[in-house]
Amino acid sequence: MSMIEVKNLSKRFGDLEAVKGIFFEVAQGEIFGFLGPNGAGKSTSISMLATILSPTSGDAFVNGQSVLHNRNGVRASIGLVFQDPSLDDRLTAMENLRFHAQLYGVPKSEFKKRAQEVLELVDLSDRAQDLIRTFSGGMKRRLEIARGLIHYPRVLFLDEPTIGLDPQTRSHLWEYILRLKREKGMTIFMTTHYMNEAEYCDRIAIIDQGTIVALDTPAALKKRLGGDVVRMQSLNKEALVAELKRRYGTEVHVDGESVLIEVENGESFLPKLFQDLQTTIRSIELRKPTLDDVFLALTGRAIRAEEASSKDQFRQHARMRGLR
Amino acid sequence: MSIFLQTILTIWHRELIRYVRDRTRILTTFIQPLMFLAIFGVGLQSAFATQNSGFDFVQFMFPGIIAMNVMGVAFFSTVSTVWDREFGFLKEILVAPVPRSAIALGKTLGATSIASIQALILLALAPFLHLKIFFFQLPALLGVMLLLAFAISGLGLLISSRMRTTESFGLLMQVLVFPMFFLSGAFFPLTSVPSWMSVLAHINPLTYGVDGMRQILLRPTLDAAVLSRIELYTLSTDVLFLVGFSVGMVSLAVWAFDKKS
Repeated sequence: MSMIEVKNLSKRFGDLEAVKGIFFEVAQGEIFGFLGPNGAGKSTSISMLATILSPTSGDAFVNGQSVLHNRNGVRASIGLVFQDPSLDDRLTAMENLRFHAQLYGVPKSEFKKRAQEVLELVDLSDRAQDLIRTFSGGMKRRLEIARGLIHYPRVLFLDEPTIGLDPQTRSHLWEYILRLKREKGMTIFMTTHYMNEAEYCDRIAIIDQGTIVALDTPAALKKRLGGDVVRMQSLNKEALVAELKRRYGTEVHVDGESVLIEVENGESFLPKLFQDLQTTIRSIELRKPTLDDVFLALTGRAIRAEEASSKDQFRQHARMRGLR
Repeated sequence: MSIFLQTILTIWHRELIRYVRDRTRILTTFIQPLMFLAIFGVGLQSAFATQNSGFDFVQFMFPGIIAMNVMGVAFFSTVSTVWDREFGFLKEILVAPVPRSAIALGKTLGATSIASIQALILLALAPFLHLKIFFFQLPALLGVMLLLAFAISGLGLLISSRMRTTESFGLLMQVLVFPMFFLSGAFFPLTSVPSWMSVLAHINPLTYGVDGMRQILLRPTLDAAVLSRIELYTLSTDVLFLVGFSVGMVSLAVWAFDKKS
């Protein structure tokens, strides 16, 4: 059964066509990733699916409910973790959770148990009574995930969930996300511009300038680029080229001092190569295609690193000036 | 409980928690009225005393100052929705599966409650100004306070639904709040002012709040003859205007909030 079904969804802001008629489906229990640079249309798409923005044309169904015709049906089915922080920092963690639970109709008798459960999941049980303003960025993000889960949504939307987090917190967060999928069979839809994160997804859609340019499993996407590349250097380059050609019958490229061949499975090829090779080599490097390469091949550009948005900077200033 | 009521209660509760926790805000909203009373009241007292108007100027100002405080607090409690937008929390509220109108009403009622609590605390100053206050006055007084607060909260929410940035805050103070303060009759009687000022004052909801509160608060202290010289309308007219204004503003605010997606 499809948990998310997107049909010709598009969004226009004045002259700018941010999303240009996209189609896709996400199955129940899948982790589905939207990968693309800033301004590609990721956040616009997730906002339409989460009923924050209304589409210019097309429709989408989340848990069988139309984002056009039954917004509250969609809203009740989803948990959302925004790109920008959205906690009330004058309230405690518990008060933020209670606020959310009440709006989502979590029964009063259930609340305590669920709050404990989600706080444990994100390792914040001991901070439940503390004000959010005393929390670090990573703790806030974790609490937002806990909040997004307290009403037991069918689909969890994560918009750049690990942005601005340190590597340790980031990997913790991924443990939680994978656990949710494993233990609760939750469907997870996320956007990211980190290639290594996209690897965790079951399937990813690469989005660029408002269109989906590719949609497949990470492995299959990488396979499109061909095999792994083995790069070698030898004092006797010509002999090496000749031997590789003779022995494996493959094409051999020369790139400056390096000799390159493409093989299907690098890990199992290397031991064989070491056994076979007569010519002495000085160094060897195995390079597997990454999603970066896939993106580069599909769009001709690399994904840039995220810069702090102007609003983030404003927030920073506001905090420093003690406006809040 | 229905979703609608639960939502109103949840939003209202958050506003109150935030209010109670914000000591600076509580303190500063008391400082302003005290300042007005101490500086304007005492300063102008001597100027007015010469006219032998039959009332004490500080007593005259006191109901107006309370009404002003109600307005200031109610206004900024709802305009603070802009902060919620700036800091992301509004998104959390807006994607919840609840009716938008309930959110708007929760906000308005939260602001109304806070403004009225503040005003009731300010009332404790009355004995120091030699004003007689009786318990039987309280229900009527509270009624006018709640009405005024509700009307102004609606106005604040309506404005904040149109406002995108916090920078407009200062502008709003200059072009709306200060004129409303000064043209409300809080500082001087509106019974003998030029007609242009009178017109502006009569479309100002604060004028009716000030007039209503003044009549209730000063009745036990002042002569009926003196009081009739400074009152603009009968109390029921004041109340009627405020009811009409509230219904209009809150409906508009709810509509504006609802429409926005």
